[in-house]
Amino acid sequence: MDWQAIRLSLGLAALTTASLLILGLPLAYWLAFSRRRWKFLVEAVVAMPLVLPPTVLGFYLLLAMGPRSPLGRAWEGLFGSTLPFSFEGLLIASVLYSLPFMIQPLAAAFASVDRGLIEASWCLGESRFRTFLRVIAPLSWAGILTGVVLSFAHTLGEFGVVLMVGGNLPGRTRTVSIAIYDQVQAMDYGPAARTAALLLTVSFLVLTFTYALRRQQRKPWTLI
Amino acid sequence: MDAHLICDADHRYGDGTTIEARFEIPQPGFSVTVLFGPSGSGKTTALRLLAGLERTDRGSIRFGGATWSDATRGIHCSPQHRDLGFLPQAYSLFPHFSVTENLGYGLGAQTPRERNARVAELLHLLDLKGLADRRPSELSGGQQQRVALGRALARRPRLLLLDEPLSALDRPSQLRLRKDLRALLRTLDIPTVLVTHDRAEALQLGDRLVVMDQGRVCQSGDIQQVFDRPSDPAVAAILGVETVVRGQIESIAEGMATIAVGSARILAADPGSLGWQVFVCIRGEDVAVERGGGSGTESTARNRLPARITALHSEGPLVRISLDCGFPLESLVTRQACVDLSLSEGDQVCAILKAAALHLIPHD
Repeated sequence: MDWQAIRLSLGLAALTTASLLILGLPLAYWLAFSRRRWKFLVEAVVAMPLVLPPTVLGFYLLLAMGPRSPLGRAWEGLFGSTLPFSFEGLLIASVLYSLPFMIQPLAAAFASVDRGLIEASWCLGESRFRTFLRVIAPLSWAGILTGVVLSFAHTLGEFGVVLMVGGNLPGRTRTVSIAIYDQVQAMDYGPAARTAALLLTVSFLVLTFTYALRRQQRKPWTLI
Repeated sequence: MDAHLICDADHRYGDGTTIEARFEIPQPGFSVTVLFGPSGSGKTTALRLLAGLERTDRGSIRFGGATWSDATRGIHCSPQHRDLGFLPQAYSLFPHFSVTENLGYGLGAQTPRERNARVAELLHLLDLKGLADRRPSELSGGQQQRVALGRALARRPRLLLLDEPLSALDRPSQLRLRKDLRALLRTLDIPTVLVTHDRAEALQLGDRLVVMDQGRVCQSGDIQQVFDRPSDPAVAAILGVETVVRGQIESIAEGMATIAVGSARILAADPGSLGWQVFVCIRGEDVAVERGGGSGTESTARNRLPARITALHSEGPLVRISLDCGFPLESLVTRQACVDLSLSEGDQVCAILKAAALHLIPHD
């Protein structure tokens, strides 16, 4: 098995999930509670990775990160390296690609918190931020857990975007799914089967664990 | 000197419905202002405007000299900064916190020691000792109501807003808690605005009445004045009972209470444990009118009161007779009965009230 690729995938998934949590909590809060008329536009953009082919997303990301783009130039000016085919570029791509898997469970959970509880907290002098910390977030734990698990599992399994943006550089951008693809291309079925079985087991266990925890919530079955 | 609370604010909903909340609370200190009206009349919206939970689209709300909302000047003080206690209809207790944590929720600015002392005080005040560590889901409706009230009182608010505080309870608990609630509010000595659609609750808990219908205030003022002189038939219909008068129980014997009302004495079935001050509610249909004055002696179950007709109003097949029998009394009789007795203004008659038809509401 390609342990280097497994370690890289786990690291990428962990960092992606953490970034998504930091980015996702405020964005999901805004999506759940904002009354802006153009909110649907943001919702559509966030959901795009669900329907877009990974190659399309990857293509645009490659363009956006390229040395001639503002982002690419700014990055190069700051860090002296280029984004495409680097771990950092891969992380940015992963975050965007898994965005809906974090945002949608969070926003759904926030929106289902009883409005009366939120207003009660406001009337007790607690700011919107403190109300989020003390009431909304604790009551949304199941949605937050789902978002974390789905983002992690989805990043672990991504292929197309990685190939487009990251390429296949061992130790830098070669993830588990790419390693499996390589092994199969090389007719190397033994390691491919073992790595695939590992990924399957991890995904199954993580999802089983999540849904078992959520069982107490007595909500109808939903993927996201 | 301006009134303590001046509310003159409109809220427009997206569908075009406008709720106009217009009323005042004259002074600080203990008083209960009841927002009364049928469901959908805008009572709760009016309360939410006061709480700052709804936007003021026109007009302003001023409290104790400060401006809470002003549509033209673009002022909107957030609920966090209005220093009020809000008891929502569904209580909205935090399900993931214990009774103690719910009570202490708004006391984050205090030291743990101060907070614990205040929570202990509230547990005692609201008779919640022994329940401190329970979750809201482990409490009865009445206990939940008391926790929610305690939570609203914890920060010693300057204004208390209660949205149908008793409606989520079963009937016996409602009747028991009504009495306790007014006594409790009196000890707190802060103005309270209470929403209800229950007439008995309004009479028992309120000092001032704001009658709302179809999104606007029809009439407001002292509770007795509003019941005495509804400004129009719509208000009278919402109040739903023709005569409401304050009385004092003088004596109780053999299950019958003698009540002094104005200069008259009337008998009513004693509902038990009322206290001495009551509101007597009398429906127009329950007041019969006969020729000839004088108090009868033939039946103790009936009140026969000498009365003078002050006004007659025709209302379709019925005639509304306003009587003066030591207190203002309204009677509804059929047009035929009115013709048979050839009644006219100024006549001396005899008003007959069945003791069993009188409804007494305590008001201490």
